[in-house]
Amino acid sequence: MARQKKQQFNVLEHELVPEHRVLSPEEAARVLRELGVEPWQLPWISYNDPVVRAIGAQPGDIIEIKRKSFTAGEIKVYRVVVAYSRK
Amino acid sequence: MSKLYDPQLLIHDWEKLSKLIEPELEEAKRRLPKRIYDELVEKLQKVASEYGLTPDEAKEIVKQVIDEYEISLVEPGEPVGTVAAQSIGEPGTQMTLRTFHFAGVREFNVTLGLPRFIELVDAKKEPSTPMMTVYLDEEHRYDLEKAKQVARAIEYTRVENVAKEVYIDMATLSIVVVLDPVMLEDKGVTVEQVKRVLERLKLGPVRKEDDYTLVIELQVKEGYINIMELNKLKERVLNAKIKGIKKIKRVIVQSRRLPDGREEYYLLTDGSALKEVLEVKGVDPRRTITNNIREIEQVLGIEAARYALITEMKKVLDEQGLDVDIRHLILVADIMTQTGRVRQIGRHGVSGEKPSVLARAAFEMTVQNLFDAAARGEVDKLLGVTENVIIGGIVPVGTGMTEIYMRPQVEPVRREER
Repeated sequence: MARQKKQQFNVLEHELVPEHRVLSPEEAARVLRELGVEPWQLPWISYNDPVVRAIGAQPGDIIEIKRKSFTAGEIKVYRVVVAYSRK
Repeated sequence: MSKLYDPQLLIHDWEKLSKLIEPELEEAKRRLPKRIYDELVEKLQKVASEYGLTPDEAKEIVKQVIDEYEISLVEPGEPVGTVAAQSIGEPGTQMTLRTFHFAGVREFNVTLGLPRFIELVDAKKEPSTPMMTVYLDEEHRYDLEKAKQVARAIEYTRVENVAKEVYIDMATLSIVVVLDPVMLEDKGVTVEQVKRVLERLKLGPVRKEDDYTLVIELQVKEGYINIMELNKLKERVLNAKIKGIKKIKRVIVQSRRLPDGREEYYLLTDGSALKEVLEVKGVDPRRTITNNIREIEQVLGIEAARYALITEMKKVLDEQGLDVDIRHLILVADIMTQTGRVRQIGRHGVSGEKPSVLARAAFEMTVQNLFDAAARGEVDKLLGVTENVIIGGIVPVGTGMTEIYMRPQVEPVRREER
């Protein structure tokens, strides 16, 4: 860890990275009710994903992602943070 | 439409019209995707200003657009995965088996066509031709010399790349490095820099014999010379790093014309090291990308990897002149990134992690899958398509998705009837 240089570039600024936002528990409950799913049925995102670390989300949080869509302009999708490694 | 049309009510002013049909527009905004909604508003605006629209006409248009959109949606039970597989597979048969593509003055090849596509869906650790497109920041973007500066800073340069010859002088026990002035100029390295690099190897004092010749005087233990070891030392000298990023083998400067008429320079690299390159001065870290999906996943996260996967797949198909709807590719990328990491479509990924034993066995390694499942005592609930094809059940696709639920009404038994 000591050898790791502090990364200066913020991944959130990259043009490939869409906007990620952690939902509050109330919003999360509303979203789940609207979609009619349990949290695990959402697509997952790893807790050590660079973006998740950058926004400081915890496992169990639900993240709202504003994707640039190829067909629909802009679309909101949700991912649940899971505590398992990317590798 | 004749009923709706009334010349008296024609409105040319969009502001006024949009006020009148506001509830309909609100409804459309809620139910339509952003792009379609924007297009609808834009077209309404255009028509209103050119020909005029009555509020009733406008309302009817909005209503019909919503209806048309909702009819075009995929219905529950539609086998989208199968359709996507067919839609990619059929044009795939027409792809060239091995294509190389040359860009720029110096030959620079990139895998394209079927091999590249297979690479993408297999989620390979490293593509066979890793490549980066490095964009430059405001300062370095419009100047060829400054662009070259950045290129030199990231290109991996070793002593071997700038030396004309390197040999061992047995008489004086030294390694002689003769530098090539042309290469030094090309790579932007000074003789002093090379000298410092050689000193850092700690093989012995470095002496500058003439303008382009450096001599390392080796410190050899008394009376003992090992030729093998001397050759090893020579190798170390040749491989000594002068500057650059290890994985970047070559960099070429490219340019393209921007819409405003200015020339923008950017770099193409042979080899990929996204994390390191993003930190280099002069690089625009916001736009720089690589064709290595795994690397994007590591550095920029799963969402960026998903996006890159789609664009890379589309690029391969477009380059081959194949017209595949992008939604099929989106579906593939969504499935591959569903678990938060990039999974391949195959044994070690999507197909191998299916919950159903029979579906896995039907894909690859039938016997082994069945053995393993038996050993673990797995149960197949027969919910998927493949399982039901195997056992001859009703496949849960389209109308087969429906099931009958019965709630039998039990009549309360009355005492008298006993």
